[in-house]
Amino acid sequence: MMFILPSALAMLIFIALPVISVAVQSLFIEHDKVMVKVQSCTPFGCTDDVQIDNAATQALNKNEPLGKFNGFGTFLDRNHLATSEIGAILSRNSGLADAAGRIYALPFYRALSFTLCYTFVVTPLAMLLGFLIALAINGLPGYIKGPVIFFSLLPMIITPLVGSLIVYWMINGDAILGATLQQIFNDPNLYLRASPVLTWVVLLVYGIWTNGPFSFVVFYAGLQTVPQDTLESAMIDGASRWDRVRLVIVPHLAPLATFVGMVQLMDNFRVFEPIVGFNAQANATSLSYSIYSDLNGQFSQLFNSAAATSMLTIVGVIILLIPVLIRTWREFNLKVV
Amino acid sequence: MKHILGATVSVAVLCLSGTAALADCGVTAGNVSILSNDFDALRVLATAAEECASGTVKVTANQTKEHKNLQVPALSANPAQYTVAFVANNSIAPLLSGGLLRPLDDYIAKYGKDLQPNQLIKVDGKTVAIAFDANSQHLFYRKDVLDKAGVQPPKTYEDVLAAAKAIKDKGIMPYPLAAADKPGWDLGAEFVNIYLGEGGDFFTPGGPKLAINNDQGQDTLKLMKDLTAYMPPDYLSYDADEMKATYLAGKVAMMDGWGSYANTVIDPKGPSPEVATNTVLAAAPTIGSNGIPSASLWWDGFSIAKNISDADADASFQVMMHAMSPAVAAAHPDAAPWLMKGFKPGPAQVGVMATAQGNAKAYPMLPYMGLLHTALSNEIGDFLKGTKDATKTLADIEADYNAAAKEGGFI
Repeated sequence: MMFILPSALAMLIFIALPVISVAVQSLFIEHDKVMVKVQSCTPFGCTDDVQIDNAATQALNKNEPLGKFNGFGTFLDRNHLATSEIGAILSRNSGLADAAGRIYALPFYRALSFTLCYTFVVTPLAMLLGFLIALAINGLPGYIKGPVIFFSLLPMIITPLVGSLIVYWMINGDAILGATLQQIFNDPNLYLRASPVLTWVVLLVYGIWTNGPFSFVVFYAGLQTVPQDTLESAMIDGASRWDRVRLVIVPHLAPLATFVGMVQLMDNFRVFEPIVGFNAQANATSLSYSIYSDLNGQFSQLFNSAAATSMLTIVGVIILLIPVLIRTWREFNLKVV
Repeated sequence: MKHILGATVSVAVLCLSGTAALADCGVTAGNVSILSNDFDALRVLATAAEECASGTVKVTANQTKEHKNLQVPALSANPAQYTVAFVANNSIAPLLSGGLLRPLDDYIAKYGKDLQPNQLIKVDGKTVAIAFDANSQHLFYRKDVLDKAGVQPPKTYEDVLAAAKAIKDKGIMPYPLAAADKPGWDLGAEFVNIYLGEGGDFFTPGGPKLAINNDQGQDTLKLMKDLTAYMPPDYLSYDADEMKATYLAGKVAMMDGWGSYANTVIDPKGPSPEVATNTVLAAAPTIGSNGIPSASLWWDGFSIAKNISDADADASFQVMMHAMSPAVAAAHPDAAPWLMKGFKPGPAQVGVMATAQGNAKAYPMLPYMGLLHTALSNEIGDFLKGTKDATKTLADIEADYNAAAKEGGFI
C-alpha cells in the first residue's frame, strides 16, 4: 500500500482533481451580465452603446464565483449535443441524406465526424505502416540500419504543427507537390486545399505519415524479442516468409499491438495540430479544435463551453478504449490464474 | 519582406537613438511597462516610449500577437503586470467589462496639451483610451492589369465584379480577386465589412439581440459568394497575410487588404517592385447606390491599467504623451495614418483616409460583438462551399450566437 501512495497522490492531484474541476465547471454558465446604456465616442463619431456594469457583475460573481448553475444545459445546447435540433431534424426531413447533411452542419457533430474518421483510419493504417517499416528494417544488413532508423523516425521528431505547416506549403497550388499533382492529373484547378474530400485525404495521409514511426519503434523493439528457434523450426518445416510473419511474428507481437493501438487511439482522438497547420478549419474540425476555439475566442473565452466539450471528449475516449481495456483485463486474469 | 521590415526598424532605431539623449519626457521616476499587439505603427510608438528610460525611469514593452490572451489576466492582477495596454475597438471591450482601466481625464488636463478632441475614446463621458492611429481594410488594385483589361478603376463592388470578369475573360489572370476568407478571425471580418457597407445593424438597439437575419444579411452573403467565383479555389484557407503574399506575387489584381500593410505593399524597394509601382490604394468599395464604404474603421490607442500606483500611472501617461507626440508622427509618416495634431498623411495612407472620409462605419465596441464575430466565422464557410443556403446560414449564425451568448451571460 505504501508503495503506491506517491503515485496515487500524484494521480489525484494531477489527473483526478483537474477532471473534477472541469466537470463541475461544465455545469455552470456565466452570470447574467448587468448592462448599462452608455454613449461611446471614438475618432469616427459617437454611438449609443451598451457596456457591462462592472461593479454589479462583480458583486454577482463574488457571491457565486462558479457562475449560474445550468445543469446539463450547456451539454445539450446547439453548440454541443444539440438535442432539440437533432430531434427536429429526425422528426422532419426528406430522406437519410438530408438528415445526415443537416446533422453534420451542427458544430459538435461536424467535429465528431472528422475526429472519429481520423481515429479509425489513421490508427490501423499507421500501425500497419509502422509494422511494415519495422519488418523491412529488421531485414537490412547492420551497417545501414542506424541511418535508416533515424530517417524513419523523422516524421515523429518534427513537431506536428511545424510538420503540417511544411506539408501545407508544399501542397499549395504553386508549390512543389501541388504543382506536380496538377501536372500529373492535367488539371490546373486541382487544389488540395479547396475541396472538403481532398482536405480530409491530406489530413489522413499526414496523420498516417506522422504516426507511423511510433508503431515502428515499438514493433521494431518487439521484433528483437521474437524467439529465433521458433522461426528457424518454422523455416525447417518449410514456412515461407509470409507464413512466418503470419504465424510466428504477428501472434508474438499481438500484446504489443494492443498497447500501441490503445496509445494511438487516444492520441488520434485528440487530433488538433494538423487542422491548424493545414488551415483546414473550413473543411475539418475536431473536438480538440472546438475546445481551442472556445478558449481562443476573439477577446472572451467560453470556459464553460470548453469544459463541456472536454467532458464529452473524455467520455468519447472512455467509450473508444472499453474494448481494449476489456481485452487487457481478460489477458491479465488469464495470467493470474 | 522580413529584410525590409528589419531595415525599416533599424533605420527607425537609428533615427531615434540620435535624439534619445535629448528626450525630455518630464518624468523623474516610475515604472512603465507596455503590452501591445505587434505591427509597424505600434513598434514606432514603443521605441519612442523607450527613449524616456533613464536611471530612475524603467520603460519596457512586450509586443506580441498574443496580447489579447494576456491583457485581461495581466491587468486583473494587483498590482497589474503592465501599466499601459495598447488597445483597439475590439480589444478594449473585455478590459472595459472587467473594469480594469483608469479614467484618463485628469491626466489629459495635466499633460495632454497636444491631444486633439477626436483622439479621446470616451465611454459615458469618461476618457478610457487615447487613439493614435486609424486602420481599415480597403481596396488595393493593379492599375496595369485593369488598363490591360480596359476597365475603369472600381468604385463599387459591382465594378469590382465586372472588372474581375473582364480580367478573367481576357485571360490575363485566372483568379483576379483575393479576400481573407479563412474561418477564424478573417472570414467574420469580411462579413462585418460588407454588412456595414450594406448599411445593416448587427444588433437591435440597446441590447444583445441579433439583427442580421434580414435582406442586408442575405445580400452580404450573396456578394461574398459572387466574389469567390474570381478567387483561387482554395480561398477558404487564405488569411490576411497569405492574401498579401499572393498579391505581392502578382497573381491577383484586386484585394481588400489592410491599411496597416499598405506601406510594405507599395514600397518600390520591396519584394516585388513591379507590383508595388502599379498598385493604387483606394477607398473600400461601396455597394450599389449606398455610398458607404464596405469596411469597418479601427482605431489603435492606449489605456492605463487601474491596478497600479498613481505614480506609475502618472509616469506612464507622460511617457505615452512623448511617444505619441506630433514629432514622432511626423518622423514616421509611412508607418500609419496617425491621428496626431498636424500630421500630413503619406502615400501609404491614401486608402484608409479615403475610406474614413467616405464615412465608413466603425467596428462596434460592444461586449458581445466578439461572440458574433466567432459565430460568423463558424457558419459562413459552409455557405461559401455551397452546402447551405443563405437563409439557413443566417439562422445558423443566430443559433450559434445565441448559444454562445447564453453561456456568456448576455441573453
